[in-house]
Amino acid sequence: MTTETIIWFIPLPPLLAFFIIVLLTNRYKALSHTIAIGAAFLSWLASMVVFVRAIQVEHLGEHPFISSINWLPTGEKWFSIGIQIDPLSAATLFFVAWTILMIFLYSVGYHNFGQPVGDHDVKGLPPFGATVENPDGHKHLVPSIEPMYSRFFAFIGLFAFGMYLLVISDNLLTLFVGWEIMGLCSYLLIGFWYGKPSARAAMIKAFITTRVGDVIMFLGIAYLYSATGTLNYRQILYNKEALHQLANTESGFLGLSAASLIGLLLFIGAIGKSAQWPLHVWLPDAMEGPTPVSAMIHAATMVSAGVYMAIRVFPLLSAGAENGGLTSPMMTMAFIGSFTALFAATIALAQNDIKRVLAYSTISQLGYMIAALGIGAYVAATFHLITHAFFKALLFLGSGSVIHGMEQGVLHTGEHVNPQDMFNMGGLRKKMPVTFWTFLIGGFALSGFPLVTAGFWSKDEILADAFGNNHLAVFFTLALAAMLTAFYTMRQITLTFLGKPRTRAAQHAQETPWTMTVPLVVLAVFAVVAGWSGIPEHFPLIGGLVPNWFHEFVSGTLLEEIGVVPFSIMPLLTSLFVALGGLLIGWLVYRGIETKTDPVEAALGPVHKILKNKYYFDELYDWLFVRPAFWISETFTYLWVDRVVIDGFLHFIAGIAFSLGGLFRNYIDKPVVNGFGDLVGNTAKRLGQLLRPIQTGRVQQYMISALVFVAAVSVLFYYLFIAVQ
Amino acid sequence: MIPLAWFLIFSAALFSIGLFGVLARKNAVAILMGVELMLNSVNVNLVAFWRYLNPEWIAGQAFAVIVFAVAAAEVAVGLALIISVYRRRNTIVADDIDMLKF
Repeated sequence: MTTETIIWFIPLPPLLAFFIIVLLTNRYKALSHTIAIGAAFLSWLASMVVFVRAIQVEHLGEHPFISSINWLPTGEKWFSIGIQIDPLSAATLFFVAWTILMIFLYSVGYHNFGQPVGDHDVKGLPPFGATVENPDGHKHLVPSIEPMYSRFFAFIGLFAFGMYLLVISDNLLTLFVGWEIMGLCSYLLIGFWYGKPSARAAMIKAFITTRVGDVIMFLGIAYLYSATGTLNYRQILYNKEALHQLANTESGFLGLSAASLIGLLLFIGAIGKSAQWPLHVWLPDAMEGPTPVSAMIHAATMVSAGVYMAIRVFPLLSAGAENGGLTSPMMTMAFIGSFTALFAATIALAQNDIKRVLAYSTISQLGYMIAALGIGAYVAATFHLITHAFFKALLFLGSGSVIHGMEQGVLHTGEHVNPQDMFNMGGLRKKMPVTFWTFLIGGFALSGFPLVTAGFWSKDEILADAFGNNHLAVFFTLALAAMLTAFYTMRQITLTFLGKPRTRAAQHAQETPWTMTVPLVVLAVFAVVAGWSGIPEHFPLIGGLVPNWFHEFVSGTLLEEIGVVPFSIMPLLTSLFVALGGLLIGWLVYRGIETKTDPVEAALGPVHKILKNKYYFDELYDWLFVRPAFWISETFTYLWVDRVVIDGFLHFIAGIAFSLGGLFRNYIDKPVVNGFGDLVGNTAKRLGQLLRPIQTGRVQQYMISALVFVAAVSVLFYYLFIAVQ
Repeated sequence: MIPLAWFLIFSAALFSIGLFGVLARKNAVAILMGVELMLNSVNVNLVAFWRYLNPEWIAGQAFAVIVFAVAAAEVAVGLALIISVYRRRNTIVADDIDMLKF
C-alpha cells in the first residue's frame, strides 16, 4: 500500500471506535476498551510505518508525502483538502502515536477495570468505592470501576481522531477542524464527572477561553485565504513568492504587513490553545478531569497542537524579517513565551495539588517553546515539543498513579484527606517503586538533568540559541524559569515520594496495576532516549559521536537551511547550574518535612499568598468579563430587551388584533349577518301567522271561497282570452 | 217540442237551488241533499242536450246512467261518513265539524 494511502487511514480507527462505542457497545466495558485500544494500536502501527518510511526519504521537506482531493467547489477553482507528511509532521506523528497509545492503555487501569461495581456510584461523579468482604469476614472499601467507563474511551477516541487529523492535514482548514474537535473533546472530558460543580465550571471556562483564541485564529485563516486564495501549506509556506508578496502587502492595521498580521492572529489562537498568558486561566482548572485526560489533552497533545501550528506557520511568522532580525509576531511570541515561562513557574512553586503543579509546569514549558520559536530557533522549539510531550505525559500519568495509590489508601483507612495534596503524601518511594523511578526520570527530564534526560538536550538547545543570537533578555528569563522549574519539581518529588508518610492514607498506598505502570516505563524510556537524537555537533566530549540527526531531519521542513548556532560554553554552564542548583535547593528545603506547612510560605510571606492565588488573574477576569457578560444576558437582554421591548411590541400587536376582532363582531357580524338571517326567519313566521286564520275547518266556508274564485277566474279568462278577439 | 232553452233554464235553476242548499244549510244530511239536487240537474241538462242534438247516440243516456250510479254511491259513502262523525262528536251541524282547522 502506498504511504499516502496509509496516511489517509491513520485518523480513521479512533473515529470508528468512537461511533461504535457510542452507538453499540456502551454497556459492555471490556468490549469498549478493547475496541478503543485496538483502534489506537492500529493508528499507532500505521503511524510507525509512515514514520519509518518518512525518515528513509532523502530531503523529505522538498518532496513530502502529499495527496489531496478536490473538496469544495469555489467558482473557478476547487478548495482541496488532503494529507501531507513532511519532517515536522512525521516527528509530531511519532510522539502523538506513542503517547496516545500509552494513555489509552493507562486509562484501563486508571478507571479501575476489573474492580467491583461501587456501592453507591452515580454516573457523573467519580466512583466512591465498593465494600468487599474478606473470607474472614473483614470488610473494607476498595476502589470501584468507573460507571461511565465506555463513554470515556469513546471521547478519547474522538479526541485521538481530532489530533491525528490535525497532524496529517495539509491545509489550515482541516487543521482547524481537528483543532476544534479537540476543543470539544477537551470540554467533554474536563467535565467528564459532570456531577461535580467544579468540573462543570472548569469545562465551560476551558471551552470559552480557548474559543477566544480560536475565533481570532479563524480571522487569521480567513484573512490568509482572502489574501492568497488558498490555505494549503505547500502553496503558501513553501512558496517564496507568496511569502514575499504577503510580507510586502500592507494590511492597514497598526502598520503591520499582511504576513505579520496573519501570523499574529494565528499566534493568538496558539495562545488560547497552549494556555499562554493571558489566556492561561483554563489549564489549571482543567485538572478537574480524570488524569489520563490531563496527560493526553493538557500535556502531550492538545496544548502541543497550538505550538505545532505555530511551528508549522513559522515561514509566515518570519516573512519579511531582515537578516537576523525579528518580525513583529516573532517579537510578540518571544515576549509572551518567556513571560509565561517565568510567570507560570513562580505560581507553580506555591501550589500544593500535585496536578496543579504539573499544569503550571506545562504552561511554563509551552512558554519555552513559544519563546524559542519567537527568537527563530525552529529546530529547538520542535525538539522541546517532542521531548516535553514524552516527559510531561509521563509526569501526569505518574501523578495519576500516585493519586490512585493514595485513593486506595484513603478508602482503606477511611481517612478523609485530599488524595491530591502533596502535603498529605510522603514516603511513597517505598510503597510505589515503579511510579517513583519513572516519575523521577520524568521530573529530572523536566528540570533538565544533564546528559541522561531528553529535557536537558532540548532545553539546552533553546538556551544556546537564545544566547548565541544575543537575545539576552529571553535568555535570562528562561534561565531563571529553568531554575524555578528544577526547584518546584524537586519540591514535588521530595514531598511526594521521599521522607516519611505524613498521613495514614499515604502509609497504606499501594502500587498500581500493570496497565498503569507499563505506560510509565515506556514513556520513561523515551524521556531518556529521545534526547540523544539531537546532540549538537560541537558539544564537548560526546558531540561528534552521534550525528545530530534531529536537526538535519526537521530543518529540512523549511525552505532555507537553518544554521546551527556556534557552540558557546556559557549557555551550557548556565543550564547545568540552574538545573542542578534548582534540584539541590529544592531537595534541601523540602526534605524531612513532617508537618503540613510549607517552609517557603513563611519565607516569602505575602508574596506566597499572591502566588498561591495565581496573581488573582481569575478574579480579575471574573470582574472584567464574566460579570458584565452575566449582567448583559440577565438584565439587559432578558429583562429589558426581551421582556419589555420585544414582548411589549408583540402584546401591542395582539391588542390591536383583539380590538379589531371585537369591532368586526359587534358591528358587522351580529347586526348584518345575524340580522339578515333572523329577518328571513321572522318574516316567514309572521306571514304564516297572518295566513293561518283562513283555515277554519268549515267545509261550507271553503266551498263559498271556491265559488267566488271560480267566478272571478272565469271572468278573468273571458276577458283575457275570449273578449280580446 | 218545447224549446231546449226551457230545459236548460230549468236545469240551471235546479243547480242553483242545490248550490244554495250546499252552501247555506246547517244540517250535514241537508248538504248531501243539495249535492243530489246538483247532480240531478246535471242529468237533466245532459239528457236535454242528447235528445235535442244527437238522439241517435247512446252517449247521453249512458252518461246519465253513470251519473246516477256515482250519485248513489257517493250518497252512501257520504251518509256513512256523517254517521261516523255523529257517533264521535254527537253533532251533524256542518259548521261544528271543524277539526281540520289550523
